[in-house]
This record gives sequence, C-alpha cells and structure tokens, in this order.
Amino acid sequence: MSLLRVLAVGTLMHVKQLSRSPFEMAIALVVPIVQATLAVYLFRSGGEQHRLLEAAVGAGVMGIWSSVLFGSGGAIQSQRWLGTLEMIMLAPRRPVLVILPITIATGLTGIYALLATLIWGRFLYGIRLDFAHPVAFVVAAVVCVVALGMFGLLLAATFVLMRNANALANTLEYPVWLVSGMLVPITVLPSWTGPIAAVLPTTWGARALREATSGGPVWPSVGVCLGISVLCLALGGLALTYVERRARAAATLALA
Amino acid sequence: MGSDYAIEAEDLRRTYKARTGWLKPKRTEVEAVRGVTFTVGRGELFGLLGPNGAGKTTTIKLLNTLLIPTSGSARVCGFDVESQTREVRRRIGYVFGGDRGLYDRLSALDNLRYFAELYGVAPRDQKRRIAELLDLVGLAGREGERVEGYSRGMRQRLHIARGLLHSPDVLFLDEPSIGVDPVAARELRRTVADLAATGTTVLLTTHYMAEADELCDRIAVIADGRIQALGTPAELRHRADGRRVVEVEAYGVPESAVDALRGLPGVRETAVEARGALQLLTVHSDAHVDVQGDVLRELAGIRLGRVDSREPTLEDAYVAIVSAA
Repeated sequence: MSLLRVLAVGTLMHVKQLSRSPFEMAIALVVPIVQATLAVYLFRSGGEQHRLLEAAVGAGVMGIWSSVLFGSGGAIQSQRWLGTLEMIMLAPRRPVLVILPITIATGLTGIYALLATLIWGRFLYGIRLDFAHPVAFVVAAVVCVVALGMFGLLLAATFVLMRNANALANTLEYPVWLVSGMLVPITVLPSWTGPIAAVLPTTWGARALREATSGGPVWPSVGVCLGISVLCLALGGLALTYVERRARAAATLALA
Repeated sequence: MGSDYAIEAEDLRRTYKARTGWLKPKRTEVEAVRGVTFTVGRGELFGLLGPNGAGKTTTIKLLNTLLIPTSGSARVCGFDVESQTREVRRRIGYVFGGDRGLYDRLSALDNLRYFAELYGVAPRDQKRRIAELLDLVGLAGREGERVEGYSRGMRQRLHIARGLLHSPDVLFLDEPSIGVDPVAARELRRTVADLAATGTTVLLTTHYMAEADELCDRIAVIADGRIQALGTPAELRHRADGRRVVEVEAYGVPESAVDALRGLPGVRETAVEARGALQLLTVHSDAHVDVQGDVLRELAGIRLGRVDSREPTLEDAYVAIVSAA
C-alpha cells in the first residue's frame, strides 16, 4: 500500500510539473496534430477512408512514444538540471521507486497527444469516434501508458550511462514508430524488422489500441505489452541501482 | 545504534577524476578531501568553515551518502555511509544554499507533500507535519503559490522545511544563508539554534564567521582538503593571540602598495577586500609591534577613510589559520 502511494503521489506531482510547462505542452499537442494531418491525407489518397480513425489513434500513439522517449530518456538529466536529482536520490527508497513515477508521468502526459489527435479528427475532419471496443480502448490506452512508462524506466537507466544519449533518442524516434506499426502495418515492412517489433512494448501497445479501434483480439496484445514492460521494469530497476552507485562514485549526481 | 557520536569521519579522502577531449583525452585528478577525521556528538552544532574549494561540500556529501569516499570511512548515527546507505538516509536531512533543487512549477505544498512521501513520513502525520514546518519557516499562507514566484529567501526557507520533514536526527546544512538577506539570515540562525536545542545534531558549513561564532559548539576550519584547526570558537580565537590587526579603508590602492605592506617589519599577513569603490585593507602584525604608523606611511598619497587598530576576532583567527595552510 505504501509503495503504491509513493508511486501514485510521485506520478501525480510529476504530471503536474510537466503539464505546467507551456513549451512542452505546445510540442506535445502541435507535433502529433501535424503528424495526424499528414496521415489523414495519406490514408485518403490511398483510398482508405475507413481507416481515418486509425490514423488519428496512430498519430496519438506516436505522440505518447515521443513523450516517453524524450521525457523518460532524459528524466535523470532533467532532474539534474533542476537540481532535484540529489534530493530525490537522498530519499530512503529504492531508486526504482523514485524514478518510475517520473517515467510513468511522461507516458501520462503523452495521453494529451492522443486526446488532441482524436479531438482534432472529430472536429476538423468529421472522423466519427466509432471504436469497435470502446471499453477495451480505454483499458488498452491506460495499459499502453503504464507499459511505456516502465519501458521508459529502462530508457532512463540506460541513457544516463551514455555520453550522447540525446543523439540516440533523436535517432530512435522515427524507427520505433515505423517498426512498431503505429501507422503502417508491420506486415508491409521487411521481414528482418519482425523480431525487433516483437520485443518492443510499443508494438503491442499500438496493436492493442488498433484492435480496440477497428476490431480484433485486444486482450492478448494487452497481455504481451504488459509482460514485456514488466521485464523492462525489472531490468530498469537493476540498471538504476547500478547507475546510482556509479553516480555516487563518479560524483555525477549534481553535475548540471 | 550504540554509538556516542552522531557523525564519525575517519581519514576520509575523495579524489575527483575528469577526462576532457576526444582525440587526445586528458585526464585530471583533483584531491578535494585529503584525510579528514573528526567526530560530532549527538545534539552538537558543529561548523565546517573554509574558503571556496576547501572541501566543505565534498565532506558533507561524503557524510550524507551522495558521494562514495575514495578511501577512509564515515558513520552517521552508527551506520556506515557507504554500505548502509538507506539506514543513514532515514536519519538525515540535507539543506543546501541557493535557489535550485525545487520543483518550480509546483506549489510549496506540493513540493512538501511529494518529499514527505519520498522521505517516508507516515500519511496520517503528513498534513500536521507540513503545517508545523510551514509555520516554522514563515511560509504559512503562501504554501499554495508556485515556487517559481518565490523570492530567494522564501525558496531557502522551503529548502529548510523540506530538510526537516522526516524529523531527522542529523541535519546537514551546506551554506544555507548564501544569498539570503540579513533579516532572513537572522531568522535562519534562530531556527538552527532552536533545532540544536531540541536535540538535532547539526553540521553546518558557512563562509560567515559571525554565523559560525554565534551558532556552533565547535568549529573545524578546513582548507586545501584538510582540517587545519578544530575547537570551540573561543579556542580558535586564541589562534590569533599575539597578533594585532590594523584595518584601513582606502580608495584606489595599487598592488605595489599592498606588496610593500607585506614587507614591513612585524607584518604577518595582509588582505584586501573590495567593497564597491572602497577597499578594506587588513594588516595582521605581531602584537608587540605597532605597525599603524608604517602602514599609513606606505599609503601616503592614497585617499583613506577609517583607520582602526584592534584585537583579533574569530575572523582574524580564521584568516591566520587559512593563510598558514
């Protein structure tokens, strides 16, 4: 109960902190809408009018992924810049309990992108929000956010070990969109991308949302997405314990 | 627990290693702390005094688990700072000077709620404890405002409230009054004194001699990574025994004149402090030698203000100790 409370209060505070940045909010809302616009025109010109809702949802998932990739990948660095990293690491808690709320918060703020693309689609292009499984869609969206938050923990712990993590984050954004099938079905991609897609929680999260939108077996995808993410959480937790000790040895907790 | 001391440091050493450059990487090593040994009793208010770069903050971070010692060992409340990190962290609070380290876009209340949860304050006690601390630091009524709108002094007070949330046995204060106005600094000193009076062990680093003199039971002067002197303020003041101090306010003193003062018979040290257009010259000399006349002769032709000859203070003792390091 106490652990859940720490996670819940931490997540709420970090969502508040992130949501009050006008710059980050503008990026979180504008970029997915631009991407969704491009997707709608591509789908229309391809004669796939019936898939416009998928385009809106797909662009929203891309927004969630971007939020997690940059927010979680840079979570430790941004706390360092704020000067809060030392204070949160001084808490008598496991590092995973301190950092996980931040990465889940980046997934939750990514939801703004999904809401923005759905509202944009409904009012500008008249896309009917006609989900095949509305309840499953909400559950899949929540699981997708939490799962990507756990995946984000692994990113946070590993990116902090790399000198050029920002460059790596930039190069990961588009390939993961593609490989995970957020807009284009992964069946049209080269076969060698299959194994990569299979181990990414983004693939299963996007698939669960697509199936809830247009019909299909949602729950197996939700289950696999959660399973992979829990594995990421365990690996991320171990990596963070190592990172914390290394940072104390190398004196990098406070470096701005 | 069992230990009589709240803090025990034994030959603590810390070296920082850095690497710069890509093609021809250059490695540098800086020995920030070079064998620091001291103990702090339970409930004692202990000061760590020293110039910039002396190793004060590194020492505090070695003790509060943020850094791992290169060698040596330290215990806080009987727990080893390297291997029993979580036990140590449960018992300590850390407050540093400056206006970073808070979530600016959250209110003070949200900051305190978050850290109360992180630092393990029981949920049923959180509301009462936060209200008590807001009262203590004078932020009651302003707790709902975002921290980004706070003055530096208010942020500093919020730092202190955060450091006290979990009622730590040992409080580390790293230059808490830096950048704080004199009235707020006086309030801060009163708060620190009250904490020590109620049994909290406090380790305070500061540049301000008056602060250390007023508050600390004992002071360690640290310079060049080593403890140069340790004792009560009165004991340290004796380090300047046998000296006399001449202070001269002057305008536009050239470096050559200061060099000339250093060469006068009986002069031990000189220091120049710029205060806007004014320079304050401090000349330490042997007590039995009256150097005031010689000093004024050397400064002939320079516009002078107040000239004073006095007994040495703790600050003079500090200058003497640091200069000898």
